[in-house]
Amino acid sequence: MDFFFVMRIFSLHLYGNILITSMKFTMPRPRTLRKVVAPPKFTGFKPYGEGEKSKEFIALFYEEYEAIKLADYKLMNHSEAAFLMGVSRSTFARIYEKARRKVAQALVEAKEIRAVYGNAVLDKNWYVCKKCHARFTIPKTIKKHSCAMCASDQIEFINK
Amino acid sequence: MKTVITASGDALTNQFDKRFGRASWFCVFDDALQSVSFVENEHVTASNGAGTKAVEKMLELGVKKIISGDFGPKGKELLERFDVQMVIIQEEGLSVGDIVERLVVNKK
Repeated sequence: MDFFFVMRIFSLHLYGNILITSMKFTMPRPRTLRKVVAPPKFTGFKPYGEGEKSKEFIALFYEEYEAIKLADYKLMNHSEAAFLMGVSRSTFARIYEKARRKVAQALVEAKEIRAVYGNAVLDKNWYVCKKCHARFTIPKTIKKHSCAMCASDQIEFINK
Repeated sequence: MKTVITASGDALTNQFDKRFGRASWFCVFDDALQSVSFVENEHVTASNGAGTKAVEKMLELGVKKIISGDFGPKGKELLERFDVQMVIIQEEGLSVGDIVERLVVNKK
């Protein structure tokens, strides 16, 4: 009787240990950073005619803004958009859904929207010239979209 | 507008250097004055941060465009932040003079 009792306690003890150790290692996988071509041009949107009533705001992530832009403004399908952002199609769908819900919530509850960095990585603007094969960036200060070496306008966007 | 071309020596006949931070010389080409000058890179042998120091130098010189073979991660990030245009050329056997010539021809 005694022996079995001790064994039972002991096994419980073991079981507990396993539980604890297994719990220690159930850390979520780190998120892959979503590629964003350019940050939004705004820092936020405020509801009009609401006065100073609402101080709360909704944080719209850069990647969510990008998802809305790709899917609803550039009218891409989800797999194309997902490829551009460097995530799987299902992840893109999740980001997009979250974005739509946030925008809807802001509209209905008359809340402010603020653009927040989120899990984004800004994609660099690298271009390649089809004529001389030079690769180059076009910073914001340059308005002309032509090759930096041969001034040809046959340039293509690359994701580098 | 000033353009920098990474060079392996201080003459136009020298080879174009395909590294940015560790190029031994920088050829500064001013397209308004049509002048060429050479600046030595003192940080060629720096153990780390050669790219960062080179960027600092570029900003001091007021350069708006840099032509090289490749840029390191730190250099890229900084140049992007300061709106300096980066150009990567991976052709073999180019001299600094060839590149300057191309720039002059294309401006006309």
